[in-house]
Amino acid sequence: MANSSIPSVIASSSSSSSAAATIEIQGIVRRHGAVTAVDRVSFEVRRGEFFSILGPSGAGKTSLLRMLAGFEDPDEGDVRIDGRSMLGVPPNRRPVNLVFQSYALFPHLTVKDNVAFGLKMRRVPAAQIDEEVRQALTMVKLHGKESRMPGQLSGGEQQRVALARALVNKPAVVLLDEPLAALDQQLRQAMQVELKSIQEQAGLTCVCVTHHQEEAMMMSDRIAVMHQGRMWQVGTPREVYDRPCNLFVSRFLGVSNELPGRLGDRMGEGRLFHPTDAESSPLLLRTETAEPPGHPATLSLRPEQLRLSRERPAATDPLVSGRIEKTLFAGSETKYLVRVGRESLWEARTSGTATVAFTPGEHIFLHWSPADGRLFFE
Amino acid sequence: MLGHRTASVTVTLRNSCRACWLAVPGLVWMALFFLVPLGLVFAVSFASRGTYGGIVWEFTTANYVDLLHPLYGKILSHSLWYAMLTTACCFVLGFPLAYMIARSPARWQPVLLLLVMLPFWTNFLVRTYAWMILLRHDGLINHVLVSLGLVATPLELLYTPTAVVIGLVYGYLPFMVLPLYVAVERLDPLLVEAAYDLYASRWAVFTRVVVPLTMPGIVGGCVLVFIPSIGSFITPDLLGGARSMMIGNLIQHEYLVARDWPLGSAVSFVLMAVVMAAVVLYYRQGDRSAGPVERR
Repeated sequence: MANSSIPSVIASSSSSSSAAATIEIQGIVRRHGAVTAVDRVSFEVRRGEFFSILGPSGAGKTSLLRMLAGFEDPDEGDVRIDGRSMLGVPPNRRPVNLVFQSYALFPHLTVKDNVAFGLKMRRVPAAQIDEEVRQALTMVKLHGKESRMPGQLSGGEQQRVALARALVNKPAVVLLDEPLAALDQQLRQAMQVELKSIQEQAGLTCVCVTHHQEEAMMMSDRIAVMHQGRMWQVGTPREVYDRPCNLFVSRFLGVSNELPGRLGDRMGEGRLFHPTDAESSPLLLRTETAEPPGHPATLSLRPEQLRLSRERPAATDPLVSGRIEKTLFAGSETKYLVRVGRESLWEARTSGTATVAFTPGEHIFLHWSPADGRLFFE
Repeated sequence: MLGHRTASVTVTLRNSCRACWLAVPGLVWMALFFLVPLGLVFAVSFASRGTYGGIVWEFTTANYVDLLHPLYGKILSHSLWYAMLTTACCFVLGFPLAYMIARSPARWQPVLLLLVMLPFWTNFLVRTYAWMILLRHDGLINHVLVSLGLVATPLELLYTPTAVVIGLVYGYLPFMVLPLYVAVERLDPLLVEAAYDLYASRWAVFTRVVVPLTMPGIVGGCVLVFIPSIGSFITPDLLGGARSMMIGNLIQHEYLVARDWPLGSAVSFVLMAVVMAAVVLYYRQGDRSAGPVERR
């Protein structure tokens, strides 16, 4: 794998860069008093794409979404939808609809009237409204609940009404603000699948804001990782997971097992890596980095890249020794927390079918393929 | 849904039955000093006036028959009109104010509400006299208007129906603002944003979302303004003069000046019937548009 130092913002474009951009965000800045909520962010969303903005709370994602919806305007930069600048265009004149985190269904209107609201406001003929509302409710599997009030629906059903209320308008973009956050775990997973299939079926362009990395990875065509107002990386879920541009992205998208150290000399096809911890011996990694020897670096490995063994493996794979600290059985897999050196606590996994079980206190070896793992430089 | 609500109320009552006894003093007070006098007034309304102003206890419906005279009808419709106008003005002035207060930072809200209530700290009569000074021919308002050149000669403001409505609106505006504030405060701002996002104009957001969802507050505020307005007598007496007699003035006149208690009692009961009819009608209207909210 290429383990080179990557610029702080990369927009790794995947194959379909020829598709028309529905949304173009150009260098937008948004300040709330002294705080810069959104700092020089640029990206594009293509037609029919499910695009997620992923980041911890306070990353500026909601601010970004509100600028797309029209509730806020950027202090700098431009928001273009379907090639038209949206600056100064109020929410009711933008071709976007927002699905609120709390759904914000009108409690005084029936399911049908909630869904019909946008069409009524645009003075669509009544017969057409009936037809389109019926179609939208069928799509979200709420057919037959037209006359219910929102308060009489379950959380999952309210979520569907909120979705139907947006997509019935056939907007250029559906904006989703933490769409599944208010649902419990099981319903959430079911809705992830359903939301994705509705999006594909209706050919919707979606921009989804979430702090839930698994949800973003499962539903999105592309993910943008945001932190402290900056957009750090944009790419397919696989790109950002396998080739995160920095330690923050690596940690945010999954478990990052880290080993601090220094880069060493070139050796054959690879480079030596000297862990800071004196107990660990130098590792030979396959990397194409051009950084000079002696450069401080951090090695990061995903749990699924690690293999565990009691005996020192015969192969020349890089390895570290460690001590099992905790065993967590989770059915389909078993997680191990392994103390590596003095400071690091790594997570490794074995599949549920594996018969070898390690017990806490046991000394083991963790090894991996020389091509796995990424080096991050300060 | 209604059945469900009734059931839960019954349960609550049964559980707190011991606490119910605490309500007895209040109930006794109301019975003694509200229902009994009301019954007396009702009885008096069927008696007749003695030669020197006393009450002659002979059953007669003459007082009510007397009220069919067009003059009384005119005063009643007058009063209804003033009260409705006052309510409407209070709503138009009060709604934006209540909305602003409810949407201001939480720590400012108590202060702003206190400012709305501030006029109550001074006696109503004194405040009405103050309006007389303002509205007078040579009063402050006319002085400013003339010196700004907006009018050539001072306007005739005092002792007009306008003055009465100004006085009533001034007096009862807080009664409108408080229930509206409570209703707006409970309205989720996201619903307003949702409507705005769904192509609603600002006016449509107001009529389709804000008004229906704050209907309980609107009904409450309007009733609280309408009832004291229609029966008021100090304001029309001081600011309206003889031309703007309201039904409250008529009752006062019959009791204290004409010393015709039976007729005054009959007028009081007609007023009560009109107010009750108006309120019931209004609540029905409000219930119809706010009904689904209740079912939440």
